[in-house]
Amino acid sequence: MKYIDEYRDADLIKKQVQKIHEITTQKWAIMEVCGGQTHTIVKTGIDELLPEKITLIHGPGCPVCVTPLEMIDKALAIASRPDVIFTSFGDMLRVPGSEKDLFSVKADGGNVRIVYSPLDAVKLAQKNPDKKVVFFAVGFETTAPANAMAVWQAKKLGLKNFSILVSHVLVPPAMEAVLDSPFNIVQGFIAAGHVCAVMGYGEYEPMAEKYKVPMVVTGFEPLDLLQGIYMLIRQLEEGRYEVENQYTRAVTREGNIPAKETIFKVFDIGDRSWRGIGVVPNSGYRLKEEFAGHDAEKVFTDISSINSKESELCISGLILQGVKKPHECPAFGKECTPMTPLGATMVSSEGACAAYYNYGRYRTSTG
Amino acid sequence: MNKTSKKIILGHGSGGKLSAELIEQMFLPAFTNEFLSPLGDQAVMNINGTRVAFTTDSYVVNPIFFPGGSIGDVAVNGTVNDLAVGGARPLYISAGMILEEGMPYEELERVVNDMKNACTRAGVLLVTGDTKVVEKGKGDKIFINTSGIGIIENGVEISYQRVQAGDKLIVNGPIGEHGIAIMSIREGLEFETEITSDTAPLNSLVQDMLQVSKNIHWMRDPTRGGLSSSLNELAKASNKGIVLHESEIPVPESVKAACEILGLDPLYVANEGKLLAVVPSGEANGIVDAMHKNPLGKDAKIIGEVVDEHHGYVLLKTSIGGKRVVDMLAGEQLPRIC
Repeated sequence: MKYIDEYRDADLIKKQVQKIHEITTQKWAIMEVCGGQTHTIVKTGIDELLPEKITLIHGPGCPVCVTPLEMIDKALAIASRPDVIFTSFGDMLRVPGSEKDLFSVKADGGNVRIVYSPLDAVKLAQKNPDKKVVFFAVGFETTAPANAMAVWQAKKLGLKNFSILVSHVLVPPAMEAVLDSPFNIVQGFIAAGHVCAVMGYGEYEPMAEKYKVPMVVTGFEPLDLLQGIYMLIRQLEEGRYEVENQYTRAVTREGNIPAKETIFKVFDIGDRSWRGIGVVPNSGYRLKEEFAGHDAEKVFTDISSINSKESELCISGLILQGVKKPHECPAFGKECTPMTPLGATMVSSEGACAAYYNYGRYRTSTG
Repeated sequence: MNKTSKKIILGHGSGGKLSAELIEQMFLPAFTNEFLSPLGDQAVMNINGTRVAFTTDSYVVNPIFFPGGSIGDVAVNGTVNDLAVGGARPLYISAGMILEEGMPYEELERVVNDMKNACTRAGVLLVTGDTKVVEKGKGDKIFINTSGIGIIENGVEISYQRVQAGDKLIVNGPIGEHGIAIMSIREGLEFETEITSDTAPLNSLVQDMLQVSKNIHWMRDPTRGGLSSSLNELAKASNKGIVLHESEIPVPESVKAACEILGLDPLYVANEGKLLAVVPSGEANGIVDAMHKNPLGKDAKIIGEVVDEHHGYVLLKTSIGGKRVVDMLAGEQLPRIC
């Protein structure tokens, strides 16, 4: 694949790894923010190629993992209704709610469908005027433009039967939450490339300055990640704390301006609850009042009474903050596996626990 | 927490861990016997001195027509292949048709025609059958069950018990085409691609391989659940380790691209015309050479080996020099969010 294979070239990767080894003189703990980056790291085994002095901490950037239990339970309640077609990205279907998951709702006769784009859900609403079509709008800034566009279009088309269940979260407040944590050990960030492709990286500059923490906006291929790690370690070794951009082929400082405009036509910024972390102020999007007719929480008012508690065994909150590694959880691989996930970090293939379980179990089980 | 296992969910049919759990906890205890227990793609019985292989499979494909074939093709080829990878020469098959009320006659005719052509190509006869019709809404146009029998020649002994450390792992060609062909046109997925299903009968290829060496230790056709499921089953049954070399596994560019876009892993995507073979190291090159002469094996390659380490696990050496465990899927492979 052109423009992908180049970023997986074994020789170039070896050279980049060598360069990281050459400049690393002391111990550093760095966090890759995005779940997609964690996925690449564990899938390709990048972590094994790095100097032992570098500790990679897998960050909170997995939208499936941070969607609060309460939202999952609300989704399950809506999806169980006979008058609803419930649409979602694929990996939300196995996320456990308090009692079951969307797959079980489907097995019980619920009309649950995987879509690749919220715009496909809008089309479903057009085709099925007798049903209420609901899209589970989860994700970070990356998925927000398409979700906003879906709502915008539905309103323009006068579609009364389309709504979204919003659990949208934002990356910068989550990074600040990590930095503010009394347990924090993170010294630098591999910032999420796709989020920055939408939002730009201007908003990270005050944070780097305030916390004196370097950041490198980084892509998702192995060579991207290694180059991003190299740039970050170089900053740390030189005592700099700037925002640098490795992912120049996709990211500009300003981001994608039409995409940002679309987001803010439809969404306001508000407080959001994060699974395992709790409520983070101004950390997510909610629909503007004028789109209330497309807000599933306002369409299905009976779900407002749902108020769920997390599993006490699960330490996904500590894992999402980088305080613990997945295999340090007593339930890891025992009570909690991809077959029987206790928390969402085990469910999504982007979740740190699932990534460890699927790709690293042999390594962790033999030390 | 997970109470989903109390009910049948789609993942139970995915060929991954949930399927295995259902078989081990429900079906095997009920029916266990010496022929069923090895859980091969086919049972092998000795009847009056002749070794007979027997298999059955049900086909539920949506959509029933897809690039490169139809449910009719896979219904014949799948059963032929389940026999072939046991080292058997497939002879006779049966077909049970479950039709949904309202299915257009013309579509059924196309399916039947595809089955006829597939039988001719594979050299098997359809010798018995059955038809049932269910009410509209209770089926998905058509479900087909086929069973088949074949004869295993003397000297051919295909079993995970023969797999040894040092053996080589061969695949007959590029992987992932069938699953991606199906997904590319399934409802709700706007994805244009020219990927066609690889559905094909593998019995002629297997006979060509057996001509060179009867010493093939193990074979499987990696359908649902892809390479990963078949190899995990082998690793667990044989209690050996399997090493795969990512850079050697043939994945068509189009399948790679589709998987990138869809967030899937080709190792888990279904095939309908592929076989995996574990053979003694010294005979691997000869067998691969023979495979290259058959159109269905022209891209055959050695992609890994059996080792006496990490018993029960499949390990992938990644093309950039890392390594990771290739686990069996828990349920269905789910597209990633972004």
